[in-house]
Amino acid sequence: MDQPGASADRAVIDALRAGDEAAFVAFAASHQTSLLRLARMWVKNEALAEEVVQETWLTMLESADRFEGRSRLKTWLCGILVNVARARLRKEGHSVPVSSLEGPDEPAVDAGRFSPPGVPWEGHWWPPPNPFPESPEAHVLNRELRAGIENAIEKLPQAQREVIVLQDIEGFRCEEVSEILGLTSTNERVLLHRARAKVRAALERHYEGGAS
Amino acid sequence: MSVRDLVSLTCKELVELVTDYHCDALAPAERAVFEQHLFGCTWCMTYLKQADRAIELTAQLQAPPAPAPVDTEKLRALFRGWRAGKGGQSG
Repeated sequence: MDQPGASADRAVIDALRAGDEAAFVAFAASHQTSLLRLARMWVKNEALAEEVVQETWLTMLESADRFEGRSRLKTWLCGILVNVARARLRKEGHSVPVSSLEGPDEPAVDAGRFSPPGVPWEGHWWPPPNPFPESPEAHVLNRELRAGIENAIEKLPQAQREVIVLQDIEGFRCEEVSEILGLTSTNERVLLHRARAKVRAALERHYEGGAS
Repeated sequence: MSVRDLVSLTCKELVELVTDYHCDALAPAERAVFEQHLFGCTWCMTYLKQADRAIELTAQLQAPPAPAPVDTEKLRALFRGWRAGKGGQSG
């Protein structure tokens, strides 16, 4: 029941119910950048993304009374955004990609990276993976790495992109991502697994000097 | 006992369990086998560190290089518009 930050969430909701303009502006301003980034996953057009976020704020204000504190306020807010964005897509006549396990089973690592069947070390690394650089700079996202990772995420199937953006960029936990996207926890982890595997592979290509 | 019996999980199988391991979704017995392999296999340890690095770097995308300033005036106007639409009622 007691979510981290539950009392802070409660204070924001109480302020909104009381019609506290300053509290709304402060809260909305601190989440605006995140919400815009999320909205862009469904509507690519910048003006439409703005509209989706505005509608999210209005929906939140309208339904503040219904927030029960069972999840974090930010989780609840992102759930609203996802519903608004999907509804908007439907209204524009687009088919809405449902978060699902699309496509066939995808191995996290290409089968060619393991010893083939019939040899004594079948299924074990060959050739083995090379460690990534361990310098302090290698732990910091420079322009090149940023472009490489952004590109890898951009190329993901929609359902995988939704999950990795929420979990690894926005920092939601597995169960929160499941709640926001309406996924079972098993499907959420499968999508996350496939997405993360592709980002790791892109980093590996980057360090091995290949093009991404 | 052969080495295969001791390891009992191939590297190819281990890489598919990494996310469940990270999300703490492995059953205790699976977790034990996973860790037994991992701590005896330099290459899978390398893979896990690569996977961790990918997560670490992806998280840094949260801070855009040049964040666009948030237009608080617009948010204020939105709030006032909403309140006016409610007929000025308070609470």
